Amino acid sequence: MKPVVVDHITKTYSSKKDKVTALNDISFEVEEGELFGIIGPDGAGKTSLFRIIATLLVQDSGKATVEGLDSVKDYKEIRNILGYMPGRFSLYQDLTVEENLNFFATIFNTTVNENYDLIKDIYSQIEPFKKRRAGKLSGGMKQKLALSCALIHKPSVLLLDEPTTGVDAVSRKEFWEMLKKLKQQGITILVSTPYMDEAGLCDRIALVQNGEVLSLDTPQGIIDSFENPLLAVRSNDMLKLLKRLKSARGVDDAYPFGEYHHVVLQKNYNKDDLSDYLVKEEPGTEIISAQPNIEDCFMNLMKN
Amino acid sequence: MRTLKFLLQKEFRQIFRDPSILRIIFVVPIIQLLVLPWAADYEIKNLKLSIIDHDRSTYSRQLISKITSTNYFLLEEYSDSFHDSEEEMEGGKVDIALEIPADFERDLVRDNEAPVFLAVNAVNGVKAGLGSAYLQSIIRDFNSEVRAKWIQMPRFSPELNIEVVTANWFNPSMNYKFFMVPGILAVLLTMVGASLSALNIVKEKEIGTIEQINVTPIRKHHFILGKLIPFWVLGLVILTIGLAIAWLAYGIVPLGSMLVIYAFSALYLLAVLGLGLLISTITHNQQQAMLISFFLIMVFVLLGGLYTSIDSMPGWARAITHFNPVAYFVEVIRMVVLKGSGFADIAPYMLIMFVFAITLNGWAIYSYKKRS
Repeated sequence: MKPVVVDHITKTYSSKKDKVTALNDISFEVEEGELFGIIGPDGAGKTSLFRIIATLLVQDSGKATVEGLDSVKDYKEIRNILGYMPGRFSLYQDLTVEENLNFFATIFNTTVNENYDLIKDIYSQIEPFKKRRAGKLSGGMKQKLALSCALIHKPSVLLLDEPTTGVDAVSRKEFWEMLKKLKQQGITILVSTPYMDEAGLCDRIALVQNGEVLSLDTPQGIIDSFENPLLAVRSNDMLKLLKRLKSARGVDDAYPFGEYHHVVLQKNYNKDDLSDYLVKEEPGTEIISAQPNIEDCFMNLMKN
Repeated sequence: MRTLKFLLQKEFRQIFRDPSILRIIFVVPIIQLLVLPWAADYEIKNLKLSIIDHDRSTYSRQLISKITSTNYFLLEEYSDSFHDSEEEMEGGKVDIALEIPADFERDLVRDNEAPVFLAVNAVNGVKAGLGSAYLQSIIRDFNSEVRAKWIQMPRFSPELNIEVVTANWFNPSMNYKFFMVPGILAVLLTMVGASLSALNIVKEKEIGTIEQINVTPIRKHHFILGKLIPFWVLGLVILTIGLAIAWLAYGIVPLGSMLVIYAFSALYLLAVLGLGLLISTITHNQQQAMLISFFLIMVFVLLGGLYTSIDSMPGWARAITHFNPVAYFVEVIRMVVLKGSGFADIAPYMLIMFVFAITLNGWAIYSYKKRS
């Protein structure tokens, strides 16, 4: 039995004027003990998906199961085995770190001591501040506390909705380290993020856009499936360069990427075809071959 | 039970850590009870009077001094023409104008009767009605004094006279405070109870903590009870403070037993808090909850018999008051404080309040959805 199965789920939100399809017939399965990433921009439907799996929202059609339990019928059982960390910090800001943890342990009918070994690594980092109110913690510490509270009842599946949004680079790195450790303890983790650079840290990822899965594979698998030649181009006038690239022959797509522009060529073209065209106009143009990453794959998938 | 204990612990901690809630709970009732009863007084005093005396005789001066010697009227001005007084009235400077015609004294002596003219500013209906009634009774009094002077001895059959003597039961001195303070206390309890509980769950919705609660296996009725009990305790504390103020500041000691007051209040608070929690579960943010609870409290108070008598309302309004918990509470607390009613007297009210409490809380539990 797969820990999380999402089977043809559709969810629409309708208001008087229009109807928004948040999830459009989306399906995937998460393997036991896997760190599974849902990668997509804002509005892709990540939060709706997580809320359905977490039994907080009811889908229009389709089925979601957690450890074989149906998210609609068996929601009570699911709530005992699932840890959910919403995207927004949602612990009691006027209670202290320690009180929050104790409170959530109690309402899950357990105690902090019982599962302390599971959260020890994480909680020990914020333990010096246990008498501080949660609202007065820094963003990274809030994240750690929220993770501790989501883990306190030893869930077998952990849902993390954009856990690193609004967290500094160092804390983000630490957070992913913690997730790796949790994975080693056999917890299946489903994490969503809008940051493409975090995708490589997952075992498998699903690229999601407009409520649909564009691609689902290991990060390397997704990168390998990028077949077109990719170039990185730089010159003195980047704006003009981008305009010219977009109209150049054999160019599929061009977009800014750090201090370079990434250029996706059509399959039967190569670097030399483009360099002739560009260097003739502006001799200082630098053209190198680039390795695609998840972001390139995502841009490419979105375009097609 | 362990869950409930921790829920309560959490709620009390949150309440005592929020200084603004504590202020609302303790300071507001005290101030309101110390201020409102003085203002919510039905007696009309300091009516501004304008007198146009065309006669300027002994009698007219006697009448005027009789009127101004009461503390109901302030002699604002003497004017020479009604036209001037009318202008003053239009400017809001005068409430009542009394015009005494030129041959007042002569007519009174010769013809046994003389007209006077009263003009009343009726923008404030209550003030106008009571003011002119006071003035008329003073004039009537004056009239009988004059008659007593002239008709010295009844020669034939004396005029029949019915003298009315009123005894005010339950409030012998007709002290308005005895009547208002218990009622204001009832309204206070309603306001604090309903608005605090109405804002509570919705606040958790706003800051997102409800999301984290909803994914836990917590039972719905535990959650609602966890919200209900702390405010129930606070409500009883406010009641105690209120009764203490009523005693210290106004010398009001309930005639009936404290036990009856507390028993009914405890039941009443359950109903009001249930209403608040119901509002809280069906609204989406604190603003909505605030507006709805304000609207309801306003209706409840105005239709609650605190300021105006329910018996004099039109039939449809009286029908509405049957669904108004405040009306029952105002009535019961006055019964117990002024009349000394016991459990037997308020039993029907207890039953009604019990139904209110069960319905509203049951509805709140039902409409609190852990999923959307």
